[in-house]
Amino acid sequence: MSDLTAATLEYATRLGDDALVLGHRISEWCSNGPFLEEDLALSNVALDYIGRARMYYTYAAELAGGGKTEDDFAYTRDAREFRNLLIHELPRGDFAYTMVRQLLVDVFNLLYLEALTQSADANLAAIAHKAIKETRYHLRRSKEWVLRLGDGTAESHKRTQRAVDALWGYTHELFEIDALEQSLAEVGIGVNNTGLRPAWLAQVSAILSEATLTVPKDDWAVRGGRVGYHTENLGHLLTELQFLHRAYPGLKW
Amino acid sequence: MSVSTIPIVTSAWQERLQRRQGSAYSAIWDLLDAVKDPEIPVISLWDLGVLCDIQQQSHEDGTLTVVSITPTYSGCPAVDMMRDQIAEVLEQAQLRPYQIKTQLAPAWTTDCLSPKARKQLQAYGIAPPQTSCMHAQSYTPELGVPCPRCASSNTQRISEFGSTACKALFQCEACGEPFDYFKVL
Repeated sequence: MSDLTAATLEYATRLGDDALVLGHRISEWCSNGPFLEEDLALSNVALDYIGRARMYYTYAAELAGGGKTEDDFAYTRDAREFRNLLIHELPRGDFAYTMVRQLLVDVFNLLYLEALTQSADANLAAIAHKAIKETRYHLRRSKEWVLRLGDGTAESHKRTQRAVDALWGYTHELFEIDALEQSLAEVGIGVNNTGLRPAWLAQVSAILSEATLTVPKDDWAVRGGRVGYHTENLGHLLTELQFLHRAYPGLKW
Repeated sequence: MSVSTIPIVTSAWQERLQRRQGSAYSAIWDLLDAVKDPEIPVISLWDLGVLCDIQQQSHEDGTLTVVSITPTYSGCPAVDMMRDQIAEVLEQAQLRPYQIKTQLAPAWTTDCLSPKARKQLQAYGIAPPQTSCMHAQSYTPELGVPCPRCASSNTQRISEFGSTACKALFQCEACGEPFDYFKVL
């Protein structure tokens, strides 16, 4: 396998990990939503993410060869091998927390996928073209909810601000790049995410201000997802996600 | 009760129609018209825009039939069932060996729907997409999607996401019924 193929395989796996872990988190709302329509909406968003993970993993499996499938990536790797950014694995929290995370991630994804549609890798570009259309719908909804909750009752405002404050330190990692991603960005395959922060911050700040929320100071940051250092939460999530496959390897539905 | 459908002829649909009409495998296209969307069983995969292309090539075990499909939404759980149903039709027609390929580019859009699919959606109780995805105002409106049952425009959106990812949920103020709207994508 050439270095470029190996790097692309790792990159597709990372993006698949981001999508799978967040998709699983959102799916935890299924049957726990605050009301029926919201339960359906969250389940649908979760499905979009899991579908996205399948596309990235299927491509990674194709690059890996040797008969690997998407399931090998989702079900047989341990927490230390997952490369998702940490913001995706944090527990779902209350509804305000879930919607604030969606807003922060949706604005980021829109910018990121826009850039990825230009990828020199036809498969990654095709996945981005597909995913970005769904992300536009996700963002419309998360934005509406953050406005409604932030500018809602004293209680909803308090919880939404608490979520913004708790999540803010995890957003810095979204804009960090390592040598592998740098090398792919240089050949036009990967996205140089370091340049996306000004646009992200401008959009997020405008929405938070309109929602009467305060944009936190940048005085703390947590990182490590891309090298496999995770919070304790990922292991718990994988325990549930991988249980069936670990207990009955190769089981078919 | 009849409700008029907004006639939308998109370039994506025109391209698909030309591909089918110019294809040397019209018998297989016709055969696969029997495969319907598992969620909306009145619409064929062809009319839905999921069925992209059919090709045949020589192969060590005879002629290989390659059927290309494209998923509607990334996580659409119906795709696996669609593949199984296509395989069943090909098996029955003894078209082995065959291959069912998933094609991601160009991404599926609601512009791939055939004019017939729009009418079928309407008759099935699902309001069809109101505009082309190339239209600037392609998002789901808050009000006014015509009710597929009574044609009233006195309707309002209840949720951006309905029973599946491809639909939004509306309620008709005139007849009181809730209904799904097939979102522009």
